[in-house]
Amino acid sequence: MRIPCPHCGERGNEEFLYRGVAGLARPAANAPDTQWHDYVYLRDNPFGSHRELWQHVHGCRRWLVVTRDTHTHTIADVADVATPAP
Amino acid sequence: MTSRLSQGGLIDRTVTIPFRFDGRTFSGHPGDTLASALLANDVRLFGRSFKYHRPRGVLSAGSEEPNALVELREGARREPNTPATVVELYPGLVAASQNRYPSLRFDLLAANNILAPLFGAGFYYKTFMWPASFWEKLYEPLIRRAAGLGRPATGPDPDNYERATVFCDVLVIGGGAAGLTAAREAGRAGARVVLCDEGPRIGGWLLSEPGPVDDRPAPEWAEEAVAEIQTMDEVRVMPRTTVLATFDHGSYVAVERVADHKPVPDSGEPRQRLWHIVARRSVLATGATERPLVFGGNDRPGVMLSSAVRTYLNRYAVAPGRRAVIVTAGEDGWDLLGDCLRLGVEVAAIVERRAALAQDRLDLARRAGALVFAGGHVGGTAGAMQLRAVDIVDVGGKRHRLAADLLAMAGGWTPAIGLACHLGARAEWSEDASAFLAGDAPPGMSVAGGAAGSTGLAHALQSGARRGAEAASACGFAATAHPVTAATQPAAPLWLMPANRRKAFVDFQNDVAASDVALAHREGYRSVEHLKRYTTLGMATDQGRTANINGLALMASLTGRDIAATGTTRLRPPHTPVAIGALAGMHRGRDYRPTRLPPAHGWAREQGAVFVEAGPWLRAQYFPRPGETDWLQSVTREVNGVRNGVGVCDVSTLGKIELVGSDAVTFLDRIYANTIATLPIGRARYALMLREDGFVLDDGTVARLAADRFVITTTTGEAHAVLSHLEYCHQVLWPELDIHFVSVTDRWAQFAVAGPRSRAVLRAVLDPGIDLADAAFSFMAAAECRAFGGVRARLFRISFSGELAYELAVPAADGDRAVRALVQAGMGEGITPYGTEAMSVMRVEKGYTAGGEINGQTTARDLGLEKMLAKHKDYIGRVLQRRPALREASRPILVGLRPTDRSARLHGGAHFLPLNAPATRAYDEGWVSSVAYSPTLGRWIGLGFLANGAERHGTRVRAYDPLRGGDTEVEITPPCQFDPEGVRLRG
Repeated sequence: MRIPCPHCGERGNEEFLYRGVAGLARPAANAPDTQWHDYVYLRDNPFGSHRELWQHVHGCRRWLVVTRDTHTHTIADVADVATPAP
Repeated sequence: MTSRLSQGGLIDRTVTIPFRFDGRTFSGHPGDTLASALLANDVRLFGRSFKYHRPRGVLSAGSEEPNALVELREGARREPNTPATVVELYPGLVAASQNRYPSLRFDLLAANNILAPLFGAGFYYKTFMWPASFWEKLYEPLIRRAAGLGRPATGPDPDNYERATVFCDVLVIGGGAAGLTAAREAGRAGARVVLCDEGPRIGGWLLSEPGPVDDRPAPEWAEEAVAEIQTMDEVRVMPRTTVLATFDHGSYVAVERVADHKPVPDSGEPRQRLWHIVARRSVLATGATERPLVFGGNDRPGVMLSSAVRTYLNRYAVAPGRRAVIVTAGEDGWDLLGDCLRLGVEVAAIVERRAALAQDRLDLARRAGALVFAGGHVGGTAGAMQLRAVDIVDVGGKRHRLAADLLAMAGGWTPAIGLACHLGARAEWSEDASAFLAGDAPPGMSVAGGAAGSTGLAHALQSGARRGAEAASACGFAATAHPVTAATQPAAPLWLMPANRRKAFVDFQNDVAASDVALAHREGYRSVEHLKRYTTLGMATDQGRTANINGLALMASLTGRDIAATGTTRLRPPHTPVAIGALAGMHRGRDYRPTRLPPAHGWAREQGAVFVEAGPWLRAQYFPRPGETDWLQSVTREVNGVRNGVGVCDVSTLGKIELVGSDAVTFLDRIYANTIATLPIGRARYALMLREDGFVLDDGTVARLAADRFVITTTTGEAHAVLSHLEYCHQVLWPELDIHFVSVTDRWAQFAVAGPRSRAVLRAVLDPGIDLADAAFSFMAAAECRAFGGVRARLFRISFSGELAYELAVPAADGDRAVRALVQAGMGEGITPYGTEAMSVMRVEKGYTAGGEINGQTTARDLGLEKMLAKHKDYIGRVLQRRPALREASRPILVGLRPTDRSARLHGGAHFLPLNAPATRAYDEGWVSSVAYSPTLGRWIGLGFLANGAERHGTRVRAYDPLRGGDTEVEITPPCQFDPEGVRLRG
């Protein structure tokens, strides 16, 4: 896979660290345990578009939100996590 | 005798190359393959088959070869299962036939052929079932001896391999008719082009037939086209390079056989180079593979593909037989007949699928003196080690036996579409092309020529030019497809001959016959994927490139479905076998990954250190001294040196991260489980970092250098993971925090100076201005200072040994000089350099945790550190570490242990069992995580995790270690077994 890093340009996926789905909100400290459980353990496994976090560890070290189709690996969008979602 | 034609061919007859096959010496010429040179020397028998040990010769002239597999080279360079059809001849080449005992012509295991009914599809599932114990001792060794192919190399691979990356606009895969025109048009337009071809000479099929192309002989046209593209600056032509796999987003992997055509690689030259090719567009021009025909005895040496016969005649000037029979499903056999007539090779007969033939065909046969069996088929073959006769059944059903030593099969063509299907696309059946075609090729890839199902040179040349121009245009270059003229040819349909009783092979390499396909059908293995697994059809090193379609066609006819409905198996990388060495590249042995050396490595080496890998680093494990005979002696001396005087240890490999910002305290309080906010300037604190799931991620120290400035340490092994974790926390979770941090692991060298006399050593090296008296610089103090006459330094009074101890950090460039100065300053105190082993002994004595304890499966509570956890703040892991199951008393908790027999030895990994309980999992109460011989206590001690361990100090359990045969009674103690009050470290 090739990932177009918004800071460094298109690079091979071996330069990146994968984490998982993007956009999870960390629950409040006093949130119920079930909410924490879901935050830490429950994930969707979508067939199709997936917004996910990759870190460009061998480049700018920024965490990026990559919108990737899990079926075709087509990458629709890459944005720095600091860039507001469109 | 020789089968070499007196003239023609793309070989250099002025040079003779000697080589050996099965101990006999032969000779060939530059331009020959091992197969063509052996055929020229009248060798027809190349090996024995996989299961039945049937004599086998050459089927093809390319990388699809299933039969003519040899062991190439000898000793550590021996490469089994190498197709003789792709081996370029080099002086001194040594090859041997495979799977024969004692000799190729006389093979005792050919008895398997007589026992063939026992060895049918799935035989290993049902023949040798009883009694079960016989499988391991008798049946499996027997089958392993009887079945199989070549033997592996006898030692480690002596050659070097490389990896390289190349970027281009247009990748052209295959340098035949279509590939050449594609590369030429893309190159003419100015695109950056990479052209890969598996052969040593670019041209593909153009080198195998006379042509004409643009009114010139095909090989001549190819040579001119190659010459033209080689003059283009932006075009890279890569012969001997096979594209193995297609990956996402225009990534391809290819292997270049840099030195396989030489006896050994030149000095410093890699044997092979693995290329990562990144291309904006690609043109798949891999051509097509001719299909064999399925009839009884179709595997006898002398039965060949008609395309192979044409290649040997035209390219290598070798007649692979003296009297041929041609059997053809379409036009290809007639082209061969034309070649034979022109070159003077006798053809006894041509067998045609079609019953009605045009007059020009009949005229051609008459001129060649060949009988014509229109509408006939082959009923069988005869011969022992070589084909002697062909049984032809004419259209009326009458059998004719014709003497012949060559039978050329033209069964139509199978496009080589593997690389178009690697991303998961299923091949689609095309009735027009009588072949599976790449339905939706990967984005950016187009398919041209034979790979796209076109037959005849004209189509290939024109479609290549078109695809090449389109690819260049898509990359923004103005390109046009120039016309090329050559002959056209219709596609030949699939031709299934009537079944007969003799073994008719579908997959030659795996000895799968038509009867095996029928057996799979009878037993219900009818889907193509089941057929493949049950019969092993298409599972050999050639991946069934000549076999798959015939197998599917047979299954389709048995089930009454058409081929489109039958489908084909999924095609996966690699397209052709690849040496593991090429995939590993330079990453082998010590170079598997880069080795990092701390700044004072040279000093440690001078001191005779024995080194150990710690994460990516090489660290001094211990420093043997003259007279010491084993590591335990050295380590014991080092521990005593520290405990009784002073020692110095390089701790530069610890991860170090510097943090600055007005929110630094807030950030650290969220990532650490204990409180940081109360840490005064000039102090350090031991701190624990959890994962969000509540388990411990890492531990280290946090030192506060100013109100908004901190330096934290991580363990050596987790430095990268912790940095990435911090970046996640800052960038993703709390981007609003004003904080900056950077890894400074490489910037600072750091040395632990430990022992009751450490203060004196420090005093000697520090510049004036810092007071080391306990009252002024107490336990856990931290300061920035100067040392060694003006060198910037950081001093921490932290201890991993339990002694009065300091850690002194200096810029990495000063590290070597600093450790030498420390040792110099400590001479009077008898300073002892110590390594990771002594460090570990002392931390086990003190009950401090390390990698054996913080292993990703333990919580702060398990480590006995629950009291550290902050109660009144939110931090990563706070909620989930409180889960009830993680807090049950029966969950193993950190304890110390010592054998009740003072002289007994302990082993890490032993499990705790109650005394007198059986050694079963039901009684397992925990495990031993670290052990050490404690010179201080004069006995082996350890750390471990024991159920209800906190209440069991003073009790006894078994430490049971079935792996090493250990079974030791141990006494449970608090984790800290030495100076529990910490008097020494506060001294």
